[in-house]
Amino acid sequence: MTAPKARSVTTTVNGVRATRTVETRLLLCDFLRHELDLTGTRVGCEHGACGACTVLLDGLPVRSCLTLAVQADGHAITTVEGLAASDGTLHPLQAAFRETHALQCGYCTAGILMTLVAFLAEHPTPNEAEVRAALSGNLCRCTGYQHMVDAVLLAAPRLAGK
Amino acid sequence: METRYVGAPVTRNEDARLLTGRALFIDDVKLGNLLHAAVLRSPLAHARIRAIDTSAARARAGVVGIFTAADLGAMCKPGPVVVRPPPLDGVTFNARTQMPLVKDTVRHVGEPIALVVATSRYVAEDALDDIEVDYEALPVAADLEASARADAPRVHDDLADNVAAHVRQTIGDYAAAARNAARIIKRRFSYDHGCSSPIETRGVVAAWDAKADRLTVWDTTQAPVFLRNGLAGVFGFSERQVRVVAPFIGGGFGPKIMMFYPEEILIPWAAIKLGRPVKWIEDRAEHFVATTHERGQIHDAEVALAADGRILGVKDVFLHDTGAYDPYGLTVPINSQCTLLGPYVVPTYDSTFTAVFTHKPIVTPYRGAGRQHGVFVIERLLDIGARELGLDRAEIRRRNFIPPDAFPYDNKIIYQDFAPLRYDSGNYAPLLDKLLDAIGYEKFVRTEQPALRAQGRHVGIGVVCYVEGTGIGPYEGAKVQVQTSGRVSLATGVGTQGQGHYTSFAQLVADRLGVAVGDVDVVTGDTDQFYWGAGTFASRGAVVAGNAVDQAAGLVRAKILRVAAEHFECAEVDLVLGDGAVAIAGVPERTITLAALAGIANPMRGAVALGTEPGLEATSYFGPPSGATANGAHAMIVEVDPETMMIKILKYVVAHDCGTVINPLIVAGQIQGGVAQGIGNAFYEQLVFDDQAQLLNGTLADYLLPTALEVPRLEQVDTVTPSPLNPLGIKGVGEAGAIPVGALFAQALEDALELPRRGIELNEIPLSPNRLWELARGEG
Repeated sequence: MTAPKARSVTTTVNGVRATRTVETRLLLCDFLRHELDLTGTRVGCEHGACGACTVLLDGLPVRSCLTLAVQADGHAITTVEGLAASDGTLHPLQAAFRETHALQCGYCTAGILMTLVAFLAEHPTPNEAEVRAALSGNLCRCTGYQHMVDAVLLAAPRLAGK
Repeated sequence: METRYVGAPVTRNEDARLLTGRALFIDDVKLGNLLHAAVLRSPLAHARIRAIDTSAARARAGVVGIFTAADLGAMCKPGPVVVRPPPLDGVTFNARTQMPLVKDTVRHVGEPIALVVATSRYVAEDALDDIEVDYEALPVAADLEASARADAPRVHDDLADNVAAHVRQTIGDYAAAARNAARIIKRRFSYDHGCSSPIETRGVVAAWDAKADRLTVWDTTQAPVFLRNGLAGVFGFSERQVRVVAPFIGGGFGPKIMMFYPEEILIPWAAIKLGRPVKWIEDRAEHFVATTHERGQIHDAEVALAADGRILGVKDVFLHDTGAYDPYGLTVPINSQCTLLGPYVVPTYDSTFTAVFTHKPIVTPYRGAGRQHGVFVIERLLDIGARELGLDRAEIRRRNFIPPDAFPYDNKIIYQDFAPLRYDSGNYAPLLDKLLDAIGYEKFVRTEQPALRAQGRHVGIGVVCYVEGTGIGPYEGAKVQVQTSGRVSLATGVGTQGQGHYTSFAQLVADRLGVAVGDVDVVTGDTDQFYWGAGTFASRGAVVAGNAVDQAAGLVRAKILRVAAEHFECAEVDLVLGDGAVAIAGVPERTITLAALAGIANPMRGAVALGTEPGLEATSYFGPPSGATANGAHAMIVEVDPETMMIKILKYVVAHDCGTVINPLIVAGQIQGGVAQGIGNAFYEQLVFDDQAQLLNGTLADYLLPTALEVPRLEQVDTVTPSPLNPLGIKGVGEAGAIPVGALFAQALEDALELPRRGIELNEIPLSPNRLWELARGEG
């Protein structure tokens, strides 16, 4: 029974630098939720299947349940708390989710927003088939996805026109 | 009354919090001095525990407590029977309920054996590996049919066999009716296990405040009030000493209403024992075996048909797999028994079920709650009957519909709420017409399908109908209060798992009081905010709580008018409410805000008239005499790749009637989500157990929930037949999307592959590409 190893981790999360000493085995999702108190990132399966815990690492979506906190050392993380403007104005994708009723229980929503924000950055004018393919790595048990697809198709031109 | 909001697609009050990550879910509860729990679970389905050695675990740094059944003392006793058996003659019901921790005999994989409490979840899980349990493996009852036989390994030693319950309900004389039949169609139908798989698993956090003598429990429960009452009973507290909070919950779908899950006792107990708050969050691997399942049934059913396709009677004998225990009584098989009757006139019925204990996780209601199975049986029987009689499948359904002038329609058996199964209202034929029109049924069958088949494509269509018993009692309540800020608060006892209660209930209040929906703050699922209620289940929130909300808001409206009339010294009829204020009609300068009126209604000094109740506040309760019967029909055009048996849904239409709609956006979402779960249930999801009742696919990489690629875009059409059983005319909609999808898939896939021409039928659910391939080759 050896004591778990600890290491210092410095990340920039939603533009704020944070340094913590953590066990090397600590998952990034637990680091964000329990060390930094950014509980908007949700944990659904802890084996990379549901996508609820998706965050952006240097702008690219990663499963924070399959990423160790130490792997984020020196990197920039964006979580759902970083999407809305500082005055509280919702990100266009968040606003579109509200308009189209694209969430019900809201538990999978953060991971889906982060996945789609990255998707829209690369595909500013997607069609429905492309949106569905992008969504297919995230599970939602409430909505049947249709309103989410509508939300993305609504938000894309608004984002592109910004 | 002006209904500005009811019926409008209002966006949701709760969304801003959910979208920005600010909503409080169970694992977000953070308390000082918090400890973390993990549960050791049995790897075997049936075993005797010879010994448990926790010494190594106790020695691990960070471990604060380890508890087995022996440590629980008197607390270690079987849980309650949540739903008693129906009051029918000749009912057998053997209640055997789960323990908080296994004392000596394990009865399913995942049953809890020990609780570890430590300074972090990581340490608690390390300590699980340190615990040594000496098991004596025992023979296993895994297969439903085999478990029902007299020589099967017994799940409960004190019973003579594995029969948990035996219930027969009849209408008229089926045998006599069958003698007059032109055709009798008899088949075996089976429906296998699945699980609800909310993206948030279960969790419990408990804090004991010794100085205040109060226990606070956060729990992902769908029934916070009954959990509070139950915990007070278990721990010998007054109900006032226990607060249960159901925070935002990441999907419920039924299994989150079971009580008590072992952890619901263990975590509060540990918090009291250790004098520190304790959190337990179920992980996904646990969820697959520690949260309840549904669906295992085998039906031997027959329908007696007249030559014109009219149903003369139905006989059904079925087995229901209840798992290792039966704390939820017979809700699921009774729903199957009742829902089989569907929207049809069934003059005679002879239905008998046997609920069977097996060494599998407990079965309790999951969205649909047994209704799927009944719909599957009757719809398949009608499909086969239509084929044998040379009738169109839509036509045989139409010929059997209960006519619109026959409501209220008494089926002469009793339902899950023990009230007579009486359909309050309905008008089925127009809805079917709308559905057929929307899917383009005639054109598809007559021209499109033959043309596509000529091109070698395998396309099929399905059309199925169903009723959904919703909105059962006993009751719910609501308290509405105008605050001195002018905002309105609304508290109700039901919890919320994504149904949009923060909005639909607010719409009702907003219309009554003339305020904006966003000015109504809804509190659900906190027993300190609202004391009474039953819970969120059986598609009853909008029906039962909704009407209570509307009544309470109506009482507050009356009080507002009374106080304002006194204030203005005018008649109440001269007053108008709107924009958060009351004005004398036609005299806009004589206006007072609701905020100011709330202040007047609660004076700090002075005298009030005898009998005055303070504040602009009212509480009301609503309990319907029986459930409201919603109905619907689904149609689908599907294409199958005959090489891979992968499917593509080309068109999917839902026609439904849920009475008055409060918010069409929310209703659409409920239906879309229900259909998505139905599609999973029909074609992708199956809990696979081996002969030792080991679950073989307990991960989300192996148990396949539908993704955005499997769930098609739906079209929805509706009719509105208000329920006469509640003032708002609402019927529930929570389960409508999910119920008929299995039957729809079986019919449409048979059609696409032209299986009946080869004498092959699809009489089981779930299907999958693999299973469809086997069945289509005649390897049933």
